[in-house]
Amino acid sequence: MTDSNTLSHLDLETPEKPFLDANELVINMGPQHPATHGVLRVILRLDGEKVLGLECVIGYLHRGVEKIGEHRTYTMFNPYVDRMDYVAAVSNGLGYCETVEKLLNVEAPPRAQHVRVILTELNRIASHQLWLGTHALDIGAITPLFYTFRDREEILKIYEKYCGARLTTHAFRIGGLQYETYTGFEKEVQNFLTFFRPKIDEYEELLTTNRIWVERTRNVGTISAQDCIALGVTGPVLRASGVKWDLRKAQPYANYKNFDFEIPTGQNGDTYDRYLVRMAEMRQSVRIIEQAVEALPEGPIMAKVPKVIKPPVGEVYHSIEAPKGELGYFIVSDGSTQPYRVRVRPPSFVNLQALDLMCRGQLVADVIAVIGTLDIVLGEVDR
Amino acid sequence: MIAKLKGAYGSGIEPLTYAGQNYMVVDRSLIPEILQVLRNEEQFDYCVDITALHYPAREKQFEVIWVLYSFARNERIRVKTQIVDGESLPSSVPIWPAANWLEREVYDMFGIKFDGHPDMKRILLPEGWKGHPLRKDYGILQQDNEWVQINLGIESGQ
Repeated sequence: MTDSNTLSHLDLETPEKPFLDANELVINMGPQHPATHGVLRVILRLDGEKVLGLECVIGYLHRGVEKIGEHRTYTMFNPYVDRMDYVAAVSNGLGYCETVEKLLNVEAPPRAQHVRVILTELNRIASHQLWLGTHALDIGAITPLFYTFRDREEILKIYEKYCGARLTTHAFRIGGLQYETYTGFEKEVQNFLTFFRPKIDEYEELLTTNRIWVERTRNVGTISAQDCIALGVTGPVLRASGVKWDLRKAQPYANYKNFDFEIPTGQNGDTYDRYLVRMAEMRQSVRIIEQAVEALPEGPIMAKVPKVIKPPVGEVYHSIEAPKGELGYFIVSDGSTQPYRVRVRPPSFVNLQALDLMCRGQLVADVIAVIGTLDIVLGEVDR
Repeated sequence: MIAKLKGAYGSGIEPLTYAGQNYMVVDRSLIPEILQVLRNEEQFDYCVDITALHYPAREKQFEVIWVLYSFARNERIRVKTQIVDGESLPSSVPIWPAANWLEREVYDMFGIKFDGHPDMKRILLPEGWKGHPLRKDYGILQQDNEWVQINLGIESGQ
């Protein structure tokens, strides 16, 4: 082991005296570990089974997305953002397109905005489904994985029919949408909602009162609202700690202000509450999609955007509520066809910082649960 | 708020707006104080992002940017400062613990050091890598071939 097992950030006191009368043990977990959801290496400092502290080693998936952005035109860079958080590619695309639209001072037409909301919320459901399946699998419940993947398939089918891709969809364009919706799109989305509503109950039946699940998640990886804010943690993790904050409400983008929905929050900030918050979020997404499909306006799907995108000199920071938290883009234009700088503020990267704090004093087995509950995607952490 | 800060610090602060977003260019010497004031007096309790920009042609080559948000005011602000190559900045980890990894990334990508940071080392690239890739003089195909050859045992990563 290198000297990197020293833990100095976050000046927290190391808990009590050693439980066992032995030296502390340093254990390496990952980078190839099935429960780290990608290539994440964690260096654990243990006292027997108890975690004294840990350090994350990241960067194994670093592809230099921000550097690539400086060498591509605004249009060419659009598909790259899908490859960051690849389970929520549509959200990434929405954030990027909206930021460039802000630089260009254009706004997507209402029909495009509605379709964007529908696809993004479907994506939130798909992302939460994938999270639920894998998180439950990590903790030892195999069944939810089959249920969630079965139902997620229906969302991917809608994407495939809409734009030809299932995962890295590249669904949006700067200024609106490239494709008009296919015939029967509304009907299919509505059918999905009817199909999906009872499925959430099914997931909850499997887990919410399941004794093993509750024992493994309650009071595990607890984080207070104050610590969340200090560490910049956003998304469901922040909400599960009791902070009612969602960018869709706080600083509405797209046309979220037209829809009626609630922000689910938790109280304890533990793994169980985060589970409940995400389940409730899926229900809220269903509500939003329902309203958006019903009120889907006719009209153009593309705003007037020049063929060659050349935003005026300036800089814009814009962020959206991705399934994992605040996803921000900071784009600086020097008036040419390529961005001078594209900075991505990834929610997973910042949220992962809290892993150390959340795992201290827990058992080794709980580290797995906490990595799962943070819902990180390493493609986005490392970019 | 900006008027108040402007009143207190005078020419060290230049408030600007672009596309409806407020930001201010702050003199390097005022940075520690301004960040502290924003956190403690103006309630900017959430450090959203820290990043940098490289302008090789300028005398002060780097711009460092803090994106801050206040839950109480539901407001965002960006603080910007300009520094020369090799100059360091005070770490804001004592103000916002969230700055820890963000500052490490700025160091990794631009080579800007933050004084007083508890663990100032690379984060995305491996330890021992030479060069800071988001500098404009670092080519898009460029890499630390020596590191690749020693550590990966291959001629080149391309």
